[in-house]
Amino acid sequence: MLKLPIYLDHNATTPCDPRVVEAMVPYFTNAFGNAASRNHPFGWQAEEAVDYAREQVAKLIGADPKEIIFTSGATEGDNLAIKGVYEMYASKGNHIITCNIEHKAVLDTCRHLEKEGAEITYLDVKPNGLIDLAELEAAIKPTTILIAIMYANNEIGTVMPMREISAIARKHGVLVFSDGVQAVGKIPVDVNKDGIDLMAFTAHKMYGPKGVGVLYVRRKNPRVKVTAQIDGGGHERGMRSGTLNVPGIVGFGKACEICLQEMESDAKRISLLRDKLENALLKVEESYLNGDKESRLPHVTNISFKYVEGEGLMMGFNKNIALSSGSACTSASLEPSYVLKALGLGDDLAHSSLRFGLGRFTTEEQIDYTIEHVTNTVNKLREMSPLWEMFKDGIDLNTIEWAHH
Amino acid sequence: MAYSEKVIDHYQHPKNVGTLDKSKNNVGTGLVGAPECGDVMRLQIEVDEATGVIRDAKFKTFGCGSAIASSSLATEWLKGKSVDEAVKIDNMTIVEELNLPPVKIHCSVLAEDAIKAAINDYRKKNGLEELQFDESPIH
Repeated sequence: MLKLPIYLDHNATTPCDPRVVEAMVPYFTNAFGNAASRNHPFGWQAEEAVDYAREQVAKLIGADPKEIIFTSGATEGDNLAIKGVYEMYASKGNHIITCNIEHKAVLDTCRHLEKEGAEITYLDVKPNGLIDLAELEAAIKPTTILIAIMYANNEIGTVMPMREISAIARKHGVLVFSDGVQAVGKIPVDVNKDGIDLMAFTAHKMYGPKGVGVLYVRRKNPRVKVTAQIDGGGHERGMRSGTLNVPGIVGFGKACEICLQEMESDAKRISLLRDKLENALLKVEESYLNGDKESRLPHVTNISFKYVEGEGLMMGFNKNIALSSGSACTSASLEPSYVLKALGLGDDLAHSSLRFGLGRFTTEEQIDYTIEHVTNTVNKLREMSPLWEMFKDGIDLNTIEWAHH
Repeated sequence: MAYSEKVIDHYQHPKNVGTLDKSKNNVGTGLVGAPECGDVMRLQIEVDEATGVIRDAKFKTFGCGSAIASSSLATEWLKGKSVDEAVKIDNMTIVEELNLPPVKIHCSVLAEDAIKAAINDYRKKNGLEELQFDESPIH
């Protein structure tokens, strides 16, 4: 029996795996100690749990446990990495290279630093959502201290060529930071093979709890340092003060362990469902896939249904299917998705997009239901759309003088 | 954001979706909004030439649920009104009727603009001077 509503918004957040919750529970009640309490068993127990989780997290990304800095989430990790490097390496330069489809936590941090004197290069992406490596290399200057490129994009799921990016960075002696939120736990990420010096990610995107994240900071070849952004007791090797969220960290560790064991089989199963969904929806007339079809995450697809508006579309099924749209109406700013616009999509296609994010617990039955209901709603709304009627009458919408408001 | 029941009802059971023959002299068509802005409304009225009463009204809308509901409601209100009465329909009465939140007020403005554009199209076709409207305060 199909249980509604169906959750297909796993790029926003994921449910906690029950195994994760089970691991966390003792650390709320019996083992409640402060991991920084060095002088009694409560503290030792908490510290031991954190150390174990640190190993679990490190193992997933091929890092050393000492390179794991626990944070409150990826937004904090993004801030700490970029601001921390900017301050720490100020004597070397003030130039940072990023790209224009990064998460707001990266873009807004860069904008903030611009006000403080940083020079930021925002690389454009190609229509498939990937950066141009030649452009990246050409943007490097003697003052460049950091390249900040996301591992995978949250809206379209494209996976950036991290190894090629880091090879270029290494050649020029520039550090690489990657926002790994969408990639870690979903596809194999190895900080050494991928040449990443700093990487932020978060538990709640990989079946762990909300409110706990990690910043990976490389300790060898080269030894990287960041200036702390939160001052206090000197926790986390002085880079991030604040009492550790022990239950959250334990859950994060468990989530990483499960991902390491199950990522490959999950990805195989989920990508088959994703392909089924995508192939069926792309059979709908005038529907378009956004982002690269090859270099991408296994669980995401982003599709524009021309001549219908995304929010209006979602209203047709959002009681029963949870997903998100790049439509302006779903954002506070009333601007359509800057990611889709950066791909060169017209505003009309950006307004018409839906993002489907599948997950560990998605079933084929749910996908079949989604295919049926999304297709029906697209057809219903097109019957109501003046643009669809014009398109069907052979009118070129670009020849119409629209009253912009 | 949760929609009001009235918005949901209009969305699920839109009234008067369709197309009138715009070549007819007694049909006025208003097309407002822009695809880039995420909403386009086309609203049409058919006027009984003997009485000046709007006999039929149809719409098609590309936009969010509130935009669809605003235009559906507008067509309901238009039917049976005289053209002179119709021109007085104010966007804020649509906002009140549908309980639109502030972020959706522009949908009601668009509906008001569509009504006025349809009326002016009808007037123009029938040799009447186009009405001048003050720029709506909220866009």
